[in-house]
Amino acid sequence: MFVVSRLLTHVGKLPPMVQQLGYINRGLKVTVVGSVGGIGQPLSLLLKLNPDVSTLSLYDIKNTTGVGVDLSHINTRATVCPFEGKDGLKKAMDKADIVVIPAGLPRKPGMKREDLVDVNASVACEVAFAASAVCPGAMLAFITNPINVIVPIVATILKAKGTYDPNRLFGVTSLDVVRAQTFVANILNSDPLKVNIPVIGGHTGRTILPILSQCDPPFKGTDEERQALIQRVQNAGTEVVNAKDGLGSATLSMAFAAARFVNSLIKGIKGSEDECVVECAYVESDVTEAQFFATPLKLGPQGIEENKGLPDLDDEEQKSLECMLPILMESIEKGIKLGEGMMTSCV
Amino acid sequence: MILLTSLKSQTKLAAWRVVVRTLKVAVVGAGGGIGQPLSLLLRRCPGIDELALHDIADMKGIAADLSHVSQTGKVVGFTGEPELEPAVSGADVVVVAAGMPRLPGMQRDHLMAANGNVAVKVATAVSNASPRALLAFITNPVNMIVPTAAEALKAHGTFDPRRLFGITTLDVVRSKKFIGDSMNISPDEVKIPVIGGHAGITILPLISQCQPRYRCDPQEIHKLTHRIQEAGTEVVNAKAGKGSATLSMAFAGATFVNSLLRAIGGQEGLVECAFVASELTDAPFFASPLELGKDGIKGYVPLPQLSDYEKEALEKLLPILRQNADEGVSFARTFLKGQSESPVPAALP
Repeated sequence: MFVVSRLLTHVGKLPPMVQQLGYINRGLKVTVVGSVGGIGQPLSLLLKLNPDVSTLSLYDIKNTTGVGVDLSHINTRATVCPFEGKDGLKKAMDKADIVVIPAGLPRKPGMKREDLVDVNASVACEVAFAASAVCPGAMLAFITNPINVIVPIVATILKAKGTYDPNRLFGVTSLDVVRAQTFVANILNSDPLKVNIPVIGGHTGRTILPILSQCDPPFKGTDEERQALIQRVQNAGTEVVNAKDGLGSATLSMAFAAARFVNSLIKGIKGSEDECVVECAYVESDVTEAQFFATPLKLGPQGIEENKGLPDLDDEEQKSLECMLPILMESIEKGIKLGEGMMTSCV
Repeated sequence: MILLTSLKSQTKLAAWRVVVRTLKVAVVGAGGGIGQPLSLLLRRCPGIDELALHDIADMKGIAADLSHVSQTGKVVGFTGEPELEPAVSGADVVVVAAGMPRLPGMQRDHLMAANGNVAVKVATAVSNASPRALLAFITNPVNMIVPTAAEALKAHGTFDPRRLFGITTLDVVRSKKFIGDSMNISPDEVKIPVIGGHAGITILPLISQCQPRYRCDPQEIHKLTHRIQEAGTEVVNAKAGKGSATLSMAFAGATFVNSLLRAIGGQEGLVECAFVASELTDAPFFASPLELGKDGIKGYVPLPQLSDYEKEALEKLLPILRQNADEGVSFARTFLKGQSESPVPAALP
């Protein structure tokens, strides 16, 4: 690999950054598990638009062919390969570089994300089994809720199978960042894309911690305004569930956020000349006493290149962190136990 | 979007006055299979100050969902017929994805009974609330829907042939994809005009004009032309009763609306194919490459020299388009007459 890389440098085929060992020059294979669902379809559409995706593999329990033929007409590079049914999952994930998983049931009004765990744990399990068998080196990005529990389930199963890489397993929390950017920008009357704010912790209720003290441009508001903003980010998912009145949870904004995250994974894998790719995601971590925790991560060809750790917290944020850690740790413990119970089968 | 105008003060120093021009796009049918992904793609575009989403189904949830996407501008939901005019009021672009999709075995014409009224109602709302909007229809059958809308706009005295479009971009997208794959090049590098209409053999990809040149035998040309013409049916069949093209249609619709927005913003040299009122042939409505400007169509690119195959295909499709136009106009007149003849409801006690 090193020799090849040096040879290619002389031939001048690779741009300078990409000449470093490890960056991938070819097109990538991305698999979407749950591609027919409310998130899966718009997510698959957005990923079809990425010119670095050469194969877009779609999986769902049924109706994938129609979605696949539809997407295949779009004039971008990616070849679309639809799969469905019990045997389809492994075929869909075979040798994937990235697997993104929106599969599972969404919340209804009155439900918390945790209420989904019984139904959605089996999704996590099946993907973990398939990944171990056919794409052990893939980046796995879970959207399926409750992420706080789902990611520990998957980690536990992958560890048992000997295919676990903590740098390649992510719970997608980008939607919390997207929401924080949007809500802050609305108040500051600025462009959300120019707002930088880390969101740490987990992906439900009070485990979501937007760190306003580190917001750039700075957010200067009263204590009440800060609290209101933080709570709005924490409850934004419920805001949409209630607005949809039983018809589902966030789909379009979730597709947007997940595509943003997967596109960042791709930039990390392909190597980018001047960009340092940093995204928040829920990963195995020793940054706090919680075994899994979301912080800003520098992404590279092997997944997490560097965990940037906790941003500086003010006193309120430190207090909020201490309050929510036990909640997070309880979810993690639940996930690990569920994972241990599913190490040989998903039922 | 900001326009600058200069005012000369008494001391003859120019003073610059900033005029903020807000850009509004309305999506009618934003809750449907095309409408939702289309709205998402439009929400990702910078520069849209208001994205109005209308549907007969409740739009509160979808508006809340999309409003969280990190982009400038606001997203506002409008629900039900009474809110159609407020939804399109003051819009620069109105894109219409409302209506029923095809089921297996259906031709696009069969949809007229279900979808014709969408054309009339939207045209009426635009006449009343945003007569200068660029109005672009996705709703099928485009070949009839656009003449229907034109007739309704004429009845209200607001028809401007430069501002009414049937979106045929998906035929161009498919042509680029199929040819690109066949030539083993990036589909995006293919340039090819698609003229005529938006159903079956009225879709005419001008393979003779393809760049880079697509060299193949006559059988291959026919096979490729047929595939492009039937690609919509290909998806309807693959979806087996679950609908027609939604994601690719959303992509194509967003591509076209994007070009309209850039033209409104002053970008020059934008050319898109669309189905419009036209004098290029003897069909009153015809799709061809159009140069876009601030007020919609700036110019009609003349038809190139067609190959013999294309000339023959054009001759076959023109009578169909003329008939489609007649049916569309007839539908509008009947519908509008029915509306004006219905008795005024008595006042409630």
